[in-house]
Amino acid sequence: MTRAEGKRLRAGVAFTSLWIVGLAVFTAYPVAASLFYSFCDYSILKAPVWCGLENYRQLAQDELFWKSLRNTLFYAGLSVPLGTAVALGLAVLLNCEVGGRSLFRLLFFMPSIVPVVASAMLWLWIFNGKYGLMNGFLDLFLSPFGLHGPAWLADPSWSKPALVIMSLWGTGNAVVIYLAGLQNVPAELYEAAEIDGASAWRRFIHVTLPAIAPVVAFNAIMALIGAMQLFAQAYIMSEAANGNGNASDGNPARSTLFYTIYLFSTAFQDLRMGYASAMAYVLFLITAALTWMAAQFSRGRYEDSP
Amino acid sequence: MTRVHKGSRRVAMGLLLLFSAAFVLPFVWLLSTSLKPIEQTLSLPLTFIPWAYTADLGGKRVEVTLDFQVTQPGAVVRFLAGEDAGKLGFLGARQLASGSVPATVVHPVAAGSWHVTQRLDRALGEEGPAPLWDVLPRDRIDSRIRPRWDNYPRALAALGGDSASDRDRVGFWTFLGNSLAVAILGVLGTVISNAIVAYGFARLKWRGRDAFFALTLATMMVPFPALMVPLYGVFKALGLIGTLLPLWLPTWFGSAFNIFLMRQFFRTIPEELSEAARIDGCSEWRIFWRIVIPLSTPVLVVAALFHFIFAWNDFLGPLLYLTRKDTYTLALALAGYQSQNGGVQWHYLMAASAVTILPVIILFLFAQKTFIRGIATTGTKG
Repeated sequence: MTRAEGKRLRAGVAFTSLWIVGLAVFTAYPVAASLFYSFCDYSILKAPVWCGLENYRQLAQDELFWKSLRNTLFYAGLSVPLGTAVALGLAVLLNCEVGGRSLFRLLFFMPSIVPVVASAMLWLWIFNGKYGLMNGFLDLFLSPFGLHGPAWLADPSWSKPALVIMSLWGTGNAVVIYLAGLQNVPAELYEAAEIDGASAWRRFIHVTLPAIAPVVAFNAIMALIGAMQLFAQAYIMSEAANGNGNASDGNPARSTLFYTIYLFSTAFQDLRMGYASAMAYVLFLITAALTWMAAQFSRGRYEDSP
Repeated sequence: MTRVHKGSRRVAMGLLLLFSAAFVLPFVWLLSTSLKPIEQTLSLPLTFIPWAYTADLGGKRVEVTLDFQVTQPGAVVRFLAGEDAGKLGFLGARQLASGSVPATVVHPVAAGSWHVTQRLDRALGEEGPAPLWDVLPRDRIDSRIRPRWDNYPRALAALGGDSASDRDRVGFWTFLGNSLAVAILGVLGTVISNAIVAYGFARLKWRGRDAFFALTLATMMVPFPALMVPLYGVFKALGLIGTLLPLWLPTWFGSAFNIFLMRQFFRTIPEELSEAARIDGCSEWRIFWRIVIPLSTPVLVVAALFHFIFAWNDFLGPLLYLTRKDTYTLALALAGYQSQNGGVQWHYLMAASAVTILPVIILFLFAQKTFIRGIATTGTKG
């Protein structure tokens, strides 16, 4: 290494030194420690004791673990495709030459910055079986047939769909991203398609979709990663909607026991931190696989293009 | 922008109006509930308007609550015998005609009239004279729109659990202060640390830089829940559990997403500016501080806004690290509202929620353009 190289290295390390510390303490160490704990019997009160693959073996047989994974996949499997469809649909509508576009965009975006605790409280009230807005609206159509809306968060078969509906309210973020993506589609492509006599629908399928597919795929996978970590809404709403009991029970009937909720309660209520770390690692691997897919779709989004 | 026919543009407009109504309605419901008296939050059919009803009861004009509608004609009577002797009551027409209950008619009541009770703004369990009531036809009851703004101070007072436990005098202002402290210290940390680090990645060439940057990006995929247990251990070892520090201290040591965001921006600043300064003998620190930072306000503002919103909205972090009530953030205090005050005070709960939402909405409205641009660029190109 020449002297100049050494000097440059010192400068580089000096500027990134905060991050070197941060990476080591707040990411690298936890990632390593988590892996170690996952092979240990560990409550934070006593030193960890090595137990090999025992935690993972138990995990495979833990019905609650599988339940939480199924619940999470159910939620993610509904909320992500629906959210993507709604956001893309709204972005396409906004991309037509309509008036008041920035006002619409503002209205769609606003819910996505509402604090999750506040939106959980609001939707708890909206989903109130008796006096809630949702059933008040549904009953306009249902009551002529003598029907009534479900109890939503207090009903095991409707609690997850309720959370999905709530998640749709927060898709405004994706609307903004997709709209920006749509506006980057070169106008010549549309003109060429129009000259060729392509209908609006065919233009959407053959011009718009291929052009923004990478953005949509990337964003959908990011949403999937987020959905796998669903916590706050479910934690707050399941307790409040079902009265007594523990926020991390996943009431009603464990229908809202999501992965992160089970992880949290295993670690911080049962103090089974080794077992929780094994769960954390499984989540980590799932997320890593999804991220790898996202990276494939993003077509070198993070690569250098000088 | 897609060019479309006039007809389809109208359809698009119609759909947009429909969807925006669906997006806005929850906010309207939030505000409307927060301005109602409690009995109007628990009555059917649903209404968005907070009403005030007044009627003449016992010769006085008083505010009343609409309790229920009587389905059959009858009369308000004064009982002559039995344990209710001397008291007022309601008898249906058939019961009245049969004469099985000895009573004198005070005034007859038509079917569809409303049973109303004087609205007393008394605390639960407070003693006082029994409220007046009557059964009146709808046209003898006045309705006016009257938002109950005093729900707001009451809701905020209840947020700390305003019961007799005055020994821990924590309340809304404590929570607000905590939230602001976490958000502001976090914003400062985010902007300062990430700008310095991103400069190292964007404007300096050094051995190992690109590999280190790739590693940095890789850390973005580590989900926070997977780190919870060891992070808790780190802060426990540092003796920081129960303080606000775990919520903002890490921001002073960089974060992969913000490093990436700022690096991309810094790279768009012409290298010639730095070269010229270097030839003039400027140190890298001076170049960073005097040239790159002044040209980078847009990205710094985006990072600051994003972090403010994140910190203000965060629930899992405070839930994990905060143990004592006097350290609670507003979000955490709001989450505990129902278990503390019971489940039916929807008007107060919505008022407290509205107050929690207000700062981010105001911030957003002021910095709308920056926000939208920030979201759009981080989401699509980078």
